This record gives sequence, C-alpha cells and structure tokens, in this order.
Amino acid sequence: MKLLTHNLLSSHVRGVGTRGFPLRLQATEVRINPVEFNPDFVARMIPKVEWAALVQAADTLNLAEVPKEPTEGYEHDETFLRKMHHVLLEVDVLEGTLQCPESGRLFPISRGIPNMLLNDEETET
Amino acid sequence: MALPGSLNRYLLLLAQEHLEFRLPEIKSLLSLFGGQFTNNHETYGKSPFWILSIPSEDIARNLMKRTVCAKSIFELWGHGKSPEELYTSLKNYPVEKMVPFLHSESTYKIKIHTFNKTLTQEEKVKRIDALEFLPFEGKVNLKKPQHVFSVLEDYGLDPNHIPESPHHIYFGRWIADGQRELIESYSVKKRHFIGNTSMDAGLSFIMANHAKVKENDVVFDPFVGTGGLLIASAHFGAYVCGTDIDYNTVHGVGKASRKNQKWRGPDENIRANLRQYGLEKFYLDVLVSDASKPSWRKGTYFDAIITDPPYGIRESTRRSGSQKEIPKGIEKCPESHVPVSLSYHLSDMFFDLLNFAAETLVPGGRLVYWLPVYTPEYTEEMVPWHPCLKLISNCEQKLSSHTARRLITMEKVKEFENRDQYSHLLSDHFLPYQGHNSFREKYFSGVTKRIAKEEKSSQE
Repeated sequence: MKLLTHNLLSSHVRGVGTRGFPLRLQATEVRINPVEFNPDFVARMIPKVEWAALVQAADTLNLAEVPKEPTEGYEHDETFLRKMHHVLLEVDVLEGTLQCPESGRLFPISRGIPNMLLNDEETET
Repeated sequence: MALPGSLNRYLLLLAQEHLEFRLPEIKSLLSLFGGQFTNNHETYGKSPFWILSIPSEDIARNLMKRTVCAKSIFELWGHGKSPEELYTSLKNYPVEKMVPFLHSESTYKIKIHTFNKTLTQEEKVKRIDALEFLPFEGKVNLKKPQHVFSVLEDYGLDPNHIPESPHHIYFGRWIADGQRELIESYSVKKRHFIGNTSMDAGLSFIMANHAKVKENDVVFDPFVGTGGLLIASAHFGAYVCGTDIDYNTVHGVGKASRKNQKWRGPDENIRANLRQYGLEKFYLDVLVSDASKPSWRKGTYFDAIITDPPYGIRESTRRSGSQKEIPKGIEKCPESHVPVSLSYHLSDMFFDLLNFAAETLVPGGRLVYWLPVYTPEYTEEMVPWHPCLKLISNCEQKLSSHTARRLITMEKVKEFENRDQYSHLLSDHFLPYQGHNSFREKYFSGVTKRIAKEEKSSQE
C-alpha cells in the first residue's frame, strides 16, 4: 500500500463518520519500490493530499524528508516533486495494520494489500 | 456535394463491430481533444463511412491515437454518389490545399478501398487512371510514399445484394490509423492473470474512451476482479486502483480460471498484469473491500470510475454479511476471512455505485459501467440516475435473445452535498430497475436457460 492510497482511505466503522480519518498506520515491513518519476502526475496529486495525515503517516515510517507543507510554486520545484513522488508512490507498506482512530478497529495489510472488510454490525448503514 | 466554408472535413472509416458503441466513443474522444462533434446532417448509422468536421489535423491524429472503433481517418478531398459526382467534387476542392501534398518533390501512392465488394486489379487501375486530372506532380512510390491517397467505395451493408456501382465514393488523403491492433496485443488469451469474467480487450478500451480517460488521471474500479479494465486505462496513461470483495482474486490465489490449469500461479495478480504490458508504473493499489461499504474519505479524487459490476451469472454478487462475528484484533482475525456474503440486490448495488461516483468523482469526471437487463422488460426509465450525474450514452450489447447488458456512461455535473440528501433516491428512482433483482432467475429460466447452455457450449 502506497502512502497516496493511505491518504485517501478512511475507516467506515459504524458511527465514526469523518473521525475515521486518517487511519493510524503501523508497518512491520516496508519496501521501497522504484517508480518512474512523472512530475505532472505528482503535481496533480499535491492539492488532493490531506497534508497533516501524510506527514503523520510518513513520521510513523520514519521518513524524515517530508516537508511540513507544499512549497510555493511546487509545480516547478523538481526537488520537492521528487521528494513527494518518493513518499507518495515509492514507499510501499507490505505488512502492517491500519487502525481506526475512533473505534480502534484494525485492518490488516498483507502482501501490500489492505483488507477493509467489516461485518454488517460494524458498518454505517 | 462539396460544402463551402473553412471547416476541415475528414472521412472516418469504422470497423463493423460494436456498432452502437462507436458514436459515443468518437464523441467522447473529440470532446477530450477539443473538437466539437458536429454531424453535418450526415446519418451515422451502421455505415462504416462517417464524414466529420474537425478543427485541425492534430485533433484528428489525437482521435486516432485512441479510437478502437475506427480504422483510419482521411482528409476528405471529395465525394459523391457516382464517379462523375466525385470528380466534380474534387475539382471544387481548393488547389492550394492539394499542392503541398502533390508537388514534384513529393512521393505518393493511391490505394483503392472497397466495402462489401472486391475489385479486380484491372478495375482498380482504371479508377486510379481516372484521377489523372488531379495535379499529381510527385513520384509514385509504392513502398515508402510520403503521402497516401485513397479512393473508398461504399457498396452498402447487404452482402446478399451487392449493387453494380457503389452508393458512395470518397477520395481523401490518409492521415492516420486507429488502435485496432490493441484488441489483438491486449487479448485476454495472452494475458497472464485472468478471471471468469475478464472483459474482452476491445470493450475495455471502448470503456476507457467513453470515460474520457487521459494521461495522469486517477481511474478507479470498485469491482476490479483481475483488473482488465484498469489495463486499458493505464495504457492511456492513467494511474489506476481498484477494490474487490474477493480476497483470493485481489491476492491472486485460489483456483485458476484457465482450462488445463488448476491453481493460480505465484505471480498472477493485477500488478503483474500491468507489468506484462509495461504499465506497472501506473499501478497505485488494489484493496480487499466491499463496494457497498466504501472505505474512502471525503473528497473528489477519481477522474473516472470504470467498472463491470457482478450480476450473478458467472461471478456472484455479494457483500459482507453479519451472521458471523469477526474476531477483533489482528491475531485472531485471519486475513483471508471474508465475512459471510449476502446476496446483493442489483438495484442496491447500482444505487451504491452511482452515489459513490457522485461523491468521489472530480467535476466533469465520468462513471462507465455495465447494466444487465432482461430485454423484453427493458425501458429507458430503468436506467438508474442521480441528480449529480448526467447520462451521456447508453449502448446495448446482446448476451442472448432475452438478455443484454448496457454500457452506461454518466458525467458528474453537480457537486455532491451530503450522503443523507440522496438516501431517498433508492425508493424514488431505483424502483423501475428493481424487477432486475430477479435478473438471475430470468436469465436461467425457460428459454434463456437453453440459450445460456448453447452459449456456454459454443464458447468452449
């Protein structure tokens, strides 16, 4: 699971609503998976990212290089875009968990794939 | 027949396959590349020849880099219902537009293309000779010409009544070919990882085109299966992600869908499929998730949602159920455990899908999905709708004499406000489709049962 995906996921346990975001990330195995750099795509994603959640997730993985906020004129800042490319697309969580910040429910990540399935009782109706 | 004015007219030669899907594809692609679709009062029915007005040759070339419905495009220099009309029309085509392609430094060749008739070599040569009034000054080069010109003759659609002379004759300068070869190069037969319901390659590309997928888009498939629809979008430069409720499919484990192969191999998964086509860089993620209970945060981040929801014929419809308690905590929760699946009513499924699309699509983003219908009872009112989504096209593909699936394309035209506001829609607007909860029973009952059997045996 890439950090871009983590940034879009939310817990949907019944009753948590918007407090289900961001999911708390814990990783036991992380792989750096090189992906071809595409500055246009990364620049497109920057405004869609919830920045605080990204910084928090990067912190739990000890990725020191995440800027505290997008730089001014980031579309043309290749250094910044390369950093974000790495954080959003190349860091791949293989094993670990996502935890609902409100209910504590754990969603396992195995072989890079999160399992978001819930019981009916646990979900919003 | 020659029209005045500065509009550049092009002749599009289409493939005689998926006829209903052609017009929405061409319209979608033209709007994607900044061309306006104007139809010049020509009728675009089943004919393989369409005349289009396109603002520039660049737009025509872009169109051909994407279309799988069209074979070739030509700059139209003249056309008519008889050779005489064609020649008159050609004489009215401005010479200054011809000269750049006919001057003495250039090389060219002329090809004859006939539809619904085969000509002898002698007849072809006669047609080429008849064009000598055009100011051809270049050298003929059959192997590597700079410019290719074509005479295209249309002998109608009825192979049992081939007329002596053509209904229409066109002459034009060849510009570009379409992407028909993708159907072969992305064939499911040669794909590493497939499922029982993998979409055929041609239709996957048509879906991506109806969805106006473009470079650097994010495309999502909530019923991703083995990811065939994502491959088409990734080919067009979009980054792709998907979810499926089936743990085994997402992880690429379990029983194989191929004949003569019992279990899936270690590298049969969506990422490996993309890798097979050199598209791995466009892989975002796939998740195990229930499309009826989306686990995505608020926001608009999908440029297109393209999907083939399960409707219970070859893959069952299901959503996670409640009879069994999932043990809390990861140690006790076997990751492969799928909570008991309940059958998922089709009308609920489409309600969830439209609501999800309305919420997460970017403004102008498109939802493209298949809707199964029982043909004798189908009416247009059955097509699910949503106040935030506008119906763009609705094309039928027959499955049997009584069943069909319809490719529905919708575009987000209004901001999604909140989930509660749309909850009444289920009762109000989805009623007409609810009869299709019994689509499965109808499919497998009486007459259709026999047809289903026949289809199955002919596929094997």
